Amino acid sequence: MLWLLFFLVTAIHADLCRPDAENAFKVRLSIRTALGDKAYAWDANEEYLFKAMVAFSMRKVPNRETTEISHVLLCNVTQRVSFWFVVTDPSRNHTLPAVEVQSAIRMNRNRINNAFFLNDQTLEFLRIPSTLAPPTDPSVPIWIIIFGVIFCIVLVATMLLIISGIRQHRRKNKGPSEMEDSEDKCENVITIENGIPCDPLDMKGGHINDAFVTEDERLTPL
Amino acid sequence: MEKTRPLWATPLQFVFACISYAVGLGNVWRFPYLCQMYGGGSFLVPYIIMLVVEGMPLLYLELAVGQRMRQGSIGAWRTVSPYLSGVGVASVVVSFFLCMYYNVVNAWAFWYLFHSFQDPLPWSVCPLNGNRTGYIEECEKASSTQYFWYRKTLNISPSIQESGAVQWEPALCLILAWLVVYLCILRGTESTGRVVYFTALLPYCVLIIYLVRGLTLHGATNGLAYMFTPKGSPMLSPLAFQMEQLANPKAWINAATQIFFSLGLGFGSLIAFASYNEPSNNCQKHAIIVSIINSSTSIFASIVTFSIYGFKATFNYESCLNKVILLLTNSFDLEDGFLTANNLEQVKDYLASAYPSKYSEVFPQIKNCSLETELETAVQGTGLAFIVYTEAIKNMEVSQLWSVLYFFMLLLLGIGSMLGNTAAILTPLTDSKVISSYLPKEAISGLVCLANCAIGMLFTMEAGSYWFDIFNDYAATLSLLLIVLAETVAVCYLYGLSRFESDLKAMTGRALNWYWKAMWGGVSPLLIISLFIFYLSDYISTGTLRYQAWDAAQGQLVTKDYPPHALAVIGLLVAASTMCIPLGALGTLITRRLKRGDTAPVA
Repeated sequence: MLWLLFFLVTAIHADLCRPDAENAFKVRLSIRTALGDKAYAWDANEEYLFKAMVAFSMRKVPNRETTEISHVLLCNVTQRVSFWFVVTDPSRNHTLPAVEVQSAIRMNRNRINNAFFLNDQTLEFLRIPSTLAPPTDPSVPIWIIIFGVIFCIVLVATMLLIISGIRQHRRKNKGPSEMEDSEDKCENVITIENGIPCDPLDMKGGHINDAFVTEDERLTPL
Repeated sequence: MEKTRPLWATPLQFVFACISYAVGLGNVWRFPYLCQMYGGGSFLVPYIIMLVVEGMPLLYLELAVGQRMRQGSIGAWRTVSPYLSGVGVASVVVSFFLCMYYNVVNAWAFWYLFHSFQDPLPWSVCPLNGNRTGYIEECEKASSTQYFWYRKTLNISPSIQESGAVQWEPALCLILAWLVVYLCILRGTESTGRVVYFTALLPYCVLIIYLVRGLTLHGATNGLAYMFTPKGSPMLSPLAFQMEQLANPKAWINAATQIFFSLGLGFGSLIAFASYNEPSNNCQKHAIIVSIINSSTSIFASIVTFSIYGFKATFNYESCLNKVILLLTNSFDLEDGFLTANNLEQVKDYLASAYPSKYSEVFPQIKNCSLETELETAVQGTGLAFIVYTEAIKNMEVSQLWSVLYFFMLLLLGIGSMLGNTAAILTPLTDSKVISSYLPKEAISGLVCLANCAIGMLFTMEAGSYWFDIFNDYAATLSLLLIVLAETVAVCYLYGLSRFESDLKAMTGRALNWYWKAMWGGVSPLLIISLFIFYLSDYISTGTLRYQAWDAAQGQLVTKDYPPHALAVIGLLVAASTMCIPLGALGTLITRRLKRGDTAPVA
């Protein structure tokens, strides 16, 4: 009698958890890809942990706080490692709707991943899309900050160069005008030759052109 | 008091100015492509021959003319012969077109540089879609680097007809780029002479760092081996194959074209730079040095580029293999880690025989991963610089550092070339007594930069990249060939080769070698004429001109025909510069006739 009951129960369970059953999900793990040498073997204990995590996720859903580990059924475990699971209600006759299981897993995906040292790519729930992490958007885009800094530096350097150029220009303009004043003064005394400042010529007074001074020396003495 | 012409502080500044002008983006993004198209090793032979036969003589000619005439391009050619003032004007017009579009590349380099300070790099991950369950579709179809270039940087429109609006981000970067250029040319040779120390030397530092990094990358040797095999032949082909490439006329033509455009002849920049030289400067030595350095940099840059190609191709090949492995592992529920790259083929055969029906279901999705196809995705131009390189950089460790270094180098190369381009426009303007009496040199530079910046906003619109390609392909090519031909013929036959020779001897104190005379008089003009005929026949035989447009729905480039108004612009670009030469001669003829008419003696 007991054996019959046992077979009946397992038969019902087998009915509930089948590949492509209603409300069943396929799970795929890539432990060796994720962990390499530190990969652990997938055994019954790991399956127990998995059932515990799924039960934990379902308990967080309102109205499903009484989900137990025994309500989660696993089947068709392959070498890949992949398997199918369903979550049954307390009566163990019906499976919980897929939508509820989906949202529960999505909410707690991070906890489930961490329990197995895996991530969204290596622990896949087929038909349960994962919520991708939003990119960290700073309030001001970083590139504008750097742009602003370099723009200001270049602008300041340009302004400095332009202003120093204008100052040099003014100094050059003042220079010739000062020379013009001194030329006016000299005009009262001596005539100007090609804008040459008068001071060196004014040494002896009178019209002495230094260029011809040495001519006497060219003539050989008698 | 007469203003003396500003001079370079040392001859070294002049050499560095020429190097930073000649070594530009073309060395990095055009030469490696040509090298690969015509089989690396064997392309070097026509390249070096063309360098000696065409590059060095024409470069020496331009430097000698500039140094002798001591004026910008307009004044220099007017001195050679009054009928040739059109040649100078044509140079200035071509330089103006070049300035307009070249600085946009610097703007894009700034954009990428500013975005390199983020973790992760923005072009390494696809942005998420609306409900955060996946990535944006355009990004999935293309790759993240292509998405960042076409959507985030250019925000490209599907065709050239849809111009769209000016994008404010690239516009800001363009304004910054022009501001930087203005800062460098503000004081003429005084400021330019100091800036060229950086723009000439720093790119080499970065290239050396990249060479070391590139050669130590995984898979770099695949790229280098690929560089030395002609396209279409098996990898590491015997010498016979490479020798075959030498007989290919296209290889020679492309080598000649590359040397010609890489040295920047005909724009007037070299004449402008040389005009600030001491008359006794040994420009022959400098011409040889600059041309050799330019070509060596091209070869050096292509070694770096090919090691990066090899890394990228190997990385993509291995990802492709991993995808196939994952697909097979999932479909057949094999043990994780059982399938590796080594036993993939055997296992595939086993699976095909053991589970034929299931295998035939999965078979269409299995991609044939091939290293050759990955290597063959070589491109040139902006595609290489902003898509291929960024894709390789995002997979390196500490990618932010490599990205910053790389775009900083691009900026230095670009700004170095811009200094020459703007000098070609500004030197004739500041030489002209009419303009320089009204405005100081700073104001003229400012006005030129402002005008170019305003017109350059055209290239920041959504269709801007298509207009950029038009300018890049057509603004300078034919016109330059004509200008340089006119220059060579003018110096040899109008001015007189013997007269020019005695001028040079009086100026530098050295006699002119027979080699230069032979090249200037005969070989170089013939070469240019044959290049010109080739280009014309190429344009005529291709019929309608086409361009590559980005299709966002498919995530790839599609070929489209240019609309009539774009063709009109192309025609205008070519005509605007080439027509200056005959119009200038005509103008001088008419003014002379009128003057002769005025002074005709009364009977």
